[in-house]
Amino acid sequence: MDQFRRLCSMSPQAQRAAVFMAPMILTACQPAVLDPQGPVGISQKMVLIDSLAIMLAIVIPTISATLVFAWWFRGSNTKARYLPDWVYSGRIELIVWSIPVLVIMLLGGVAWIASHDLDPAKPLASKSPPLEVQAISLDWKWLFIYPTHGVASVNQLVVPAGVPVHFSLTSASVMNAFFIPQLGSMIYTMNGMTTQLNLQADAPGSFRGLSSHYSGDGFADMHFEVLAVPSERFTAWVETTRNAGPVLDPESYTDLARQSLNVRPFTFRAAEPGLFQKIVTQKLPPGPGPQIGRPDPTVSPRTEK
Amino acid sequence: MWGKLSWAAIPLDQPIPLIASSVVVVAITGVLALVILKGWFPYLWREWITSVDHKRIGVMYVVLAMVMLLRGFTDAIMMRSQQALAYRSGGYLPPEHYDQIFSAHGTLMIFFVAMPFVIGLMNFVVPLQLGIRDVAFPTLNSVGFWLTATGALLVNISLLVGEFARTGWLPYPPLSELTYSPGVGVDYYLWSLEISGVGTLIAGINLITTVLKLHAPGMSYMRMPMFCWTTLASNLLIVAAFPILTATLTMLVLDRYLGFHFFTNEAGGNMMMFMNLIWAWGHPEVYILILPAFGVFSEVVSTFSGKPLFGYRSMVAATMVICVLSFTVWLHHFFTMGAGPDVNAIFGIASMIIAVPTGVKVFNWLFTMYGGRIVYSTPILWSLGFMVTFVIGGMTGVLLAVPPVDFVLHNSLFLVAHFHNVIIGGVLFGSFAGYTYWFPKAFGFRLHEGLGKWAFWCWTIGFYVAFMPLYVLGLMGMTRRMQHYDVAAWHPWLLIAAGGAAIILLGIALQIAQLVVSIRRRDQLRDETGDPWNGRSLEWATPSPPPAFNFAVLPDIQSQDAYWGAKQRAVQQARLGAEPAYADIEMPRNSPTGFVCAFFATFMGFALIWHIWWMVGLAAVGAYATFVVFAWRDKDEYVIPAEAVARMDRANRSARSAALARRQVAP
Amino acid sequence: MTPYDAAAGRNGTNSLGYGRELPNRQHGLGHAAGGLASKRIVTAFGFWIFLLSDIVMFSAFFAAYAVLVGDTAGGPSGGELFNLSNVALETTFLLASSFTVGVASIGASARSRPWFYGAMTVTFILGAAFLTIELREFAGMIARGAGPTRSAFLSAFFTLVGCHGVHITAGLLWLLTMMAQVFAKGFRADILRRILCFSLFWHALDIIWVAIFSVVYLMGAAL
Repeated sequence: MDQFRRLCSMSPQAQRAAVFMAPMILTACQPAVLDPQGPVGISQKMVLIDSLAIMLAIVIPTISATLVFAWWFRGSNTKARYLPDWVYSGRIELIVWSIPVLVIMLLGGVAWIASHDLDPAKPLASKSPPLEVQAISLDWKWLFIYPTHGVASVNQLVVPAGVPVHFSLTSASVMNAFFIPQLGSMIYTMNGMTTQLNLQADAPGSFRGLSSHYSGDGFADMHFEVLAVPSERFTAWVETTRNAGPVLDPESYTDLARQSLNVRPFTFRAAEPGLFQKIVTQKLPPGPGPQIGRPDPTVSPRTEK
Repeated sequence: MWGKLSWAAIPLDQPIPLIASSVVVVAITGVLALVILKGWFPYLWREWITSVDHKRIGVMYVVLAMVMLLRGFTDAIMMRSQQALAYRSGGYLPPEHYDQIFSAHGTLMIFFVAMPFVIGLMNFVVPLQLGIRDVAFPTLNSVGFWLTATGALLVNISLLVGEFARTGWLPYPPLSELTYSPGVGVDYYLWSLEISGVGTLIAGINLITTVLKLHAPGMSYMRMPMFCWTTLASNLLIVAAFPILTATLTMLVLDRYLGFHFFTNEAGGNMMMFMNLIWAWGHPEVYILILPAFGVFSEVVSTFSGKPLFGYRSMVAATMVICVLSFTVWLHHFFTMGAGPDVNAIFGIASMIIAVPTGVKVFNWLFTMYGGRIVYSTPILWSLGFMVTFVIGGMTGVLLAVPPVDFVLHNSLFLVAHFHNVIIGGVLFGSFAGYTYWFPKAFGFRLHEGLGKWAFWCWTIGFYVAFMPLYVLGLMGMTRRMQHYDVAAWHPWLLIAAGGAAIILLGIALQIAQLVVSIRRRDQLRDETGDPWNGRSLEWATPSPPPAFNFAVLPDIQSQDAYWGAKQRAVQQARLGAEPAYADIEMPRNSPTGFVCAFFATFMGFALIWHIWWMVGLAAVGAYATFVVFAWRDKDEYVIPAEAVARMDRANRSARSAALARRQVAP
Repeated sequence: MTPYDAAAGRNGTNSLGYGRELPNRQHGLGHAAGGLASKRIVTAFGFWIFLLSDIVMFSAFFAAYAVLVGDTAGGPSGGELFNLSNVALETTFLLASSFTVGVASIGASARSRPWFYGAMTVTFILGAAFLTIELREFAGMIARGAGPTRSAFLSAFFTLVGCHGVHITAGLLWLLTMMAQVFAKGFRADILRRILCFSLFWHALDIIWVAIFSVVYLMGAAL
């Protein structure tokens, strides 16, 4: 289906072998967060590694000292000094307070700068203007509206590579989080509110996007395919999309907002302008919850398949 | 008549919950039948159920925690096996069941395993360490315990009748609102936590008052054992944080029951407020759990190193700094909500600052070992396992406190690995260390060392095998609470993690075996003197198990490590101090108030969940009547005559004299 | 070994660890140096901690109110709903009841039944009057379609003020119970401790009312 899966696909035998060779698989199939494909993800990976390095500088000696002290001062070791009344040393106290303080000062600096650089709402520096995408989490699928192009898609996000994308996000019902691990930063989607996110894919490719905030029974299937394509192919995709498929208007939206599981990707040939605002301002009411259950939804609700 | 309740609420069509709940029902019925047939019930009623003795209540808390640990761990095994199987398939648990399992797992482990475990230890140990005879409010103590047990019972009733919440261990609205969760699951969650929350608050008030107001003569604050300090800090947090939980859950209750609009999508409700409120409780909560564990480690490391705690004042300061700072960091649980960079950075840095006093504590334990003679008993193994594991967990925690890092790791299995790293490596290892350390004090015999060590190794290795893969999975972009998935690269790691859970299962089996074997061989493992570990604080001055009154005469404290000082004097002079003049001792009388009150609370909670309003009213009247009856009693104390005190104390003195003589002979 | 070194029969060491209630000893005050507080002080201290926790709970409701005060969802705002003269009356009743509960505690410590019963009865009447006005206010608001389900603001309002009202109701029940206890058992030490706790509780409710009065009604009416 996508590059990610192709990279990771294995025969059943290979899978069985993989159980025993997991570390090798790790090198064969890069973890998404450590294999970023856009400027946001790349910076975040760097912050992650820097912070980890700073802390390892103190954590590794501490763990080693724990093991060494515990071993050397074992009761049976007659060579070790026994200091039964040694309870205080001003110098050591000073050191044990100042080392963590210094580390945290350094790390705090990193955190401060990085938080400002990598604020999800901050536009990305680029020559090309950002593509606007409105993302809406529904029970349990994603709706993407391209307001400038007047089209929309479900569970599939197509973006031009090398161009920043500005997402405005909201939710049609419960909270979710929008996350494309290889591009960086996730952000919550909430009903009645808009959150902002700026991401960019540097090169064409296919990535996995998902909801990373639990949202109910259909949550596990709430992932989507992200295709970063060259600009001209993006334009072609918009054209093709405009030629086929249903229209996204309040009626079809209300239909879409009902709970459904494991929805196959499809596109809308036209999206009514201002639909996103209607959802945010709740002119279109939030999606309904479960309607059936055992014996009825007020005891134990079920989801229609 | 019965509200929403009908036979259809029992999941007869679903084999897994039905089998699970039948096992529980059969087990409970079996235990009850055994108790009644063997005629143990009067004994249990007299000596345990109605007991207001802090030691008995402490033990009951720990028993509750251990039983619930088995239940919570069963959930864990089911989750791990589901995720191991559910690659490109539905696994064996459908979402509506899987979602209940992870919600119940988190709820049980935090509220009904970790909380009762640490509260039980504090209850048992603190009065002994302070040199007093009971906590400040003994009957309330019993009420607090039984209300906690009510909460646990309600969660377990949900297995058989209706369903449990499918909203995670913190029911974020609007998912937890009536529109999206119309079932009874969230109501089970809400009422069991409202009721047990009252119990916890009572325990908190009781222990603060005890530590601040009741000490043996000469036990000044700066002479208190470290565990008493961490108890104080932890209970201050309980009193300051649990009311926020109660208020927040009440708001959700009002939304669900009376159509209010605190957190709904409609009419101006604000779900972000729920997150702020719940984490204003939730972050202090993790320190409520870890601080007592820190106290246990301080006691254990010092005792088994044969040295006083290094840097006592620093440790006190660090404890109190953690206590205060824990209220300033709640926002780091939702950096990804889109608050501005300033807010995120400030809360990120505040969270990192907590690592400073925590780091100081780790270093001070290190230097407590330095120059010591470490005796490798099970409690110190748990402590060493903790020090290594917790440092790793702390590191990944600080990593998540860097907002841009959190943007890619939030809600992932990396986060799950992090908090299991600190809660298993910290709270649970601390609880097990305390359990092994104080077991002989509670029951008069030690736990089997060999099996204890094996259990420790299984737990530690199992922990690393189960949770290190989750760190990797988090970096691979796997989010938590996935009922199934179709990414091949995740599968092997989840298989390894399931293997880790199996190793932990072995550890739990060994712990059960340890308990059984120890009870069978209790005569060999008997602790005659009351001081099995060459201890330093006052609990070891009492016989094992201590008499109801703890101390025949209240001790007069002259230094830190009070008992150690007295012991050194006795060794030097080669004899015990002069026999004191014994006097009659007044102790609080047993009372069924707690149990009866919890009985009504259980019915009230159940009736509220199922909308059986007449039963709610009846139970409320019953609970009120219970308190009036309690308030009406004329005698709340009984007297232990001086001769009885003297007889018990002389027996212990002769055992100690014999031990002292052996010591003189031995060199 | 420490317990055996203990000075025999230190005064009051025979109960739980409480000091004896002797007027000349500074019980509790010397706790920093280690020592035994009297049962009265321990009980009052514990009850204070409970009151603090109760105030924390109210602060959560206050916080919710502050967050939601503007979220009227097109419904009425505080300025349109609040009747300050009613509120002034409520405040007067509650403050006066704080005075009478003080009289009742003095009556109890003086072991004077007439003063105790009299002052408690007046307290009950004042409390009940407060509650009646509050319930009428609530009923009026619900009748004109401004019930708690109308908007988030009204949910927060009814919860905050209602929570105080529930406390007052519980307080009245407690008050009656205490009167019955004194009637049946007289001024026993444990009953006196409970009366002390009750008066602390009643005063705390007064303090919370002052906060509600200022934050909800005065500031709300200005909106």
